[in-house]
Amino acid sequence: MLLADLIREVVMAGGVLKGQPILSRRISIAFISPSAVLIMLFLIYPFFSIISMSFTNYSLTGIHANNPDFIGFKNYSDLFAPDKWMNRGEFGASLLLSAQFVVGSALIGQAGLGMLIALIFRGKSGFLRQTVYLLAILAWIMPDVVIAFAWFAFLDPFSGTLNNILGALGLGKPDWLLRYPLLSVVVFNTWRGTAFSMLLFTSALGSIPPSYLETADVLGASMWQKFRDILFPLLRTTIATDLILITMWTFNTFTPYLLTNGGPGYRTDLVAIYTYRIGLKNLEFGRGSAVAVVAMIINLCLASVYLVVSRRKRPQ
Amino acid sequence: MNRRLTPKQRLSQGVISILAIAIGLFFVLPLLWYVFAPFNPTPSLGVELPATWSLANFVKVMSNSVAMRGLPNSLLISGSVMVLAAGFSTLAAYGLSRGNLPGRNMITYVLILFSSVVTGTASMVPIFVLIYNLGMYDTYQGIILTMAGGALPTSIFILSDFVDGIPRSYEEAALVSGARPYQVFRDIVVPTLRPGILVTGILAFVGAWGSFLLPLILLRNPNYQPASITIYQFYGQEGNPNIPAVAAYAVLYTLPVLLLYLLINWRYGFRFYGGIKQ
Repeated sequence: MLLADLIREVVMAGGVLKGQPILSRRISIAFISPSAVLIMLFLIYPFFSIISMSFTNYSLTGIHANNPDFIGFKNYSDLFAPDKWMNRGEFGASLLLSAQFVVGSALIGQAGLGMLIALIFRGKSGFLRQTVYLLAILAWIMPDVVIAFAWFAFLDPFSGTLNNILGALGLGKPDWLLRYPLLSVVVFNTWRGTAFSMLLFTSALGSIPPSYLETADVLGASMWQKFRDILFPLLRTTIATDLILITMWTFNTFTPYLLTNGGPGYRTDLVAIYTYRIGLKNLEFGRGSAVAVVAMIINLCLASVYLVVSRRKRPQ
Repeated sequence: MNRRLTPKQRLSQGVISILAIAIGLFFVLPLLWYVFAPFNPTPSLGVELPATWSLANFVKVMSNSVAMRGLPNSLLISGSVMVLAAGFSTLAAYGLSRGNLPGRNMITYVLILFSSVVTGTASMVPIFVLIYNLGMYDTYQGIILTMAGGALPTSIFILSDFVDGIPRSYEEAALVSGARPYQVFRDIVVPTLRPGILVTGILAFVGAWGSFLLPLILLRNPNYQPASITIYQFYGQEGNPNIPAVAAYAVLYTLPVLLLYLLINWRYGFRFYGGIKQ
């Protein structure tokens, strides 16, 4: 009580210690060090460790298990070997699959659907809006394995909900995971991750003054015109931020593995799954690290774009 | 304001309503199965009303002791990750914000950059090797520290925003009155930051709770594994699931996340954080 009174008095009397840091350097380092240790161990160290491991033939089994040799760029030249790198189950094929997966499920799926939901329900409340938002957020926060099983059941060719509906409409009952595996995981990942874009766009749209659109209404602008000429220019940085973040997350997600195991026949062997397969299933650490380095370079490019975009936003 | 709609506007209203319902169906249909199957003693993979509603599946699941251990394991792991991530990041965010360190913005940027580059399966190989060499393979400590380390950059990033929003005058006044830095931290900073600490803690908890890949590669002993792994107790040798058991177990496993979601929703509303100023 006494301390609180004292504080109030000094605050009333006006600021003190102006411009000086509150913590001395020694104490602030003490505050930071627990985090610093963990970040060093699990973020900084792995980064350099991956790079150095990628130049070796380190593996947990076989003759190089204990004494890995330096082999230069051999892992990389194997990954990009021109005669076979685009074959099924090889690295080039994985890169191509991941590119399709990102374009389909992040750029078109999540961002498109998220924007659509935000626009449809802009300024509205009510049962349908609450339900859609609740369900999208549930799809986003529920554990991976639970969601994967829900989709396994949903897509089951014989009794799954999707084929029951299609069958009732007389549209046939394909085995989705067998015949259209990539399309399946694209739709799955769209469903799983749309909530982020939806929430981001909703809050961005909420900050646009309604008067802008009312003026356009008076002038008789169509929906598309309003979006193109008013909303899109105002949302441009938000959209850029969203696209980069979801691209990065989608590129790195491992969850489709729980639905398809990367198959059938490597047809959903995304880069994240390929890395897992080589590095942790086959325990070829050297080659797995080379894959990880390429993935990290791609991440680095995306993250740099993100930092530039988000920095440009600041001065406004 | 009740304007008369032109036929064209009425048409576009109709299209929008249909679209809204279609989106609702898209999100609800894959989840519908979990509403009925756990309470149906003989569920298929399709959505069907149980002939008799029963808790038999739950009773059956509870008799699998290895699988049931997964739930307290998840709680222990995620709870520890939550405490470590929230605690350490509060300290770090405060130290960064109020400290006398050169290049603070630089540190934050580098941190974000690293955390978004070293992520997912890319970092799994060296983390596995590191944990193995530290003698922490197949231990609680190994998985907890790894997950806490992974959660820290985001937590620090979010909390820095909160700390920057607190006026410095209270801390300055307390220091002038002779309080020690740790007293200021405990009695002024932590109480003011409580919403931010709660949000980062919950984020870390939910992230750890759902995590599948890390426990898969860092834990082998079924007695230590969290629920995301022990759910596979209900899969046969060829990977075919015991459908009623998986359904019931998934409900038990998801419940804590749902409760946390309801807590956030009730307390703050589910939206983006980072701009909450006192």
